[in-house]
Amino acid sequence: MEIIEEGQAPLFIKPDPDGDRAFIRKNKSFVLKDKLMSEQEAISKFVKDGDYFATELYGFVRAPMSLCREIVRQKKRNLKTAGQGVMELDIMIAEGCITGIDQTYLGYEVYGISPILRRAAEKQIPVRLEFTDWSNAALAWRLKAAALGVPFIAVRTMMGTDTLKHSAAKVVKDPFTGQPVTLLPATMVDVGLIHVHRADKYGNCQIDGISGFAYEMARASKRLIISADEIVDTEEIRKYPDRTIIPYYLVDAVVHAPLGAHPGDMCYQYWRDEAHLAEYVEAGKSVETIESYLNKYIHGVKNHAEYIELCGGEEMIKKLREEATQR
Amino acid sequence: MTEYNPMELLISLASRLMEDGTSAFIGTGVPMLAAVLAKKTHAPNLAPVFEFGGLGSPLNELPLGVGGSRSFHRALAASSITDVMEAAARGHIEFGFLGGAQIDMYGNLNSTILGDDYANPKVRLPGSGGANDIGSLCWRTISLVPHQKRKYTAKLDFLTTPGYLTGPGSREAAGLPPGTGPYRVVSNLGIMGFDDESKRMKLLAVNTGVTVQDVIDNTGFEMLIADDVYTTEEPTAEELKILRTEVDPKGYYLK
Repeated sequence: MEIIEEGQAPLFIKPDPDGDRAFIRKNKSFVLKDKLMSEQEAISKFVKDGDYFATELYGFVRAPMSLCREIVRQKKRNLKTAGQGVMELDIMIAEGCITGIDQTYLGYEVYGISPILRRAAEKQIPVRLEFTDWSNAALAWRLKAAALGVPFIAVRTMMGTDTLKHSAAKVVKDPFTGQPVTLLPATMVDVGLIHVHRADKYGNCQIDGISGFAYEMARASKRLIISADEIVDTEEIRKYPDRTIIPYYLVDAVVHAPLGAHPGDMCYQYWRDEAHLAEYVEAGKSVETIESYLNKYIHGVKNHAEYIELCGGEEMIKKLREEATQR
Repeated sequence: MTEYNPMELLISLASRLMEDGTSAFIGTGVPMLAAVLAKKTHAPNLAPVFEFGGLGSPLNELPLGVGGSRSFHRALAASSITDVMEAAARGHIEFGFLGGAQIDMYGNLNSTILGDDYANPKVRLPGSGGANDIGSLCWRTISLVPHQKRKYTAKLDFLTTPGYLTGPGSREAAGLPPGTGPYRVVSNLGIMGFDDESKRMKLLAVNTGVTVQDVIDNTGFEMLIADDVYTTEEPTAEELKILRTEVDPKGYYLK
């Protein structure tokens, strides 16, 4: 195939379908095994310094916040990630966990630009961040390529732009139509983190509402850590097998995390904690205040249960449940 | 005459561009408010599409994010990012609404960095998000960019999202689907379109109290001017009432 244009960015994770197959044969299993463990255990067992990890959906919505806070708590270092994020990646950047980012969007939506991202990108505070840039669909399609077990996928975005130049995508002449087409490299990530509404102890998962890119990411993760608001009996899963978006054989760890997406929004269960988000956005404005925030809400508590207590416990939970979007 | 602020004007103008019975990709911010207003006024059958999978919500409440609960509340489908992006790739989605820190005369947008050194940017912006996909794959895109000389620039610091790239034929030459591209640009000063021949931005209408010269003075490139520049209608009392009491009563954007 004739290469018309090549993105100049480094490829943080190289497509290796045969290597991935070998890994999967060795490490994944259809044996029904109890995979319940704590955040502390799941993160220390499956996230290593230097890993390429990914999170789903994003920081203000059904994100695996309790797992992300645990990564900060354990001070993981030199992580690379696919940057579709809001608060979940922001706290890791503030802590200095992340050094490379396949960026598509990192900001606060209604609250604007992240000052934490800006300090890292513009002043290397607290550490230097290496960027590449991609479109949002491109990152999802890169996961889809890995899920397909192929090294790349052909799509029609990013062409003609600096986004492509600063990615690791390539534009080639399509051998079927003769037209230019973008090839996106597959990303089989070292570890994926997904928060779901409910799962059984084996890792069979159900998600309510939009599924974001959970389907693709679950199938594009060498190690997959699930956190779930609710752990249900496998009988519940068997009643609605059509609803299992992530089957157990993909999953390595299941963490019971009630309010695990806090302070984000979990559809039909709890609304976002606007007061906490406002406090976070304010804290992000300076190095000192974000350090205090991380010390108070992450390093200062032992685990997710203590964090929820600190954030207002039962009273806060009751309020957010009442405000949840209803069916 | 009811008083209104520039944000309310922008929302009202964008809202009126949303056609009933069509589909529109809605991004964070002004497009969300405009879509909610459109659904409550002239376009009850507009199908709003959100990039993480919400499709066809009546938008009873203002979504605060493109993946939040309200983006698919009582919607017709709650699918996934690949599902809706692939719908756009197949040609299903008519309109896409975009924003950016900079726009050039071909409607190309920058939402990635300010400054000329990618490795050491003056300002790191959030990035493309879905913008590049929407700008590549929807049939017609509408951009909302406040009018300032540094924003309407001759040269973008970074081309995040494709408009007409370098002019006629360049989208197609790059491999983007034929017949797609920028349709309108809405600002606090007026409404712009694109010249059929040159694909360059052209002033179509000015807002009340704004002159053609104001637009020229606040644009960093040579703006083409339509022969029959008209004046846009101000936000109506009804629109303002709905905006303030129903769309954004908590004042996330309006205050």
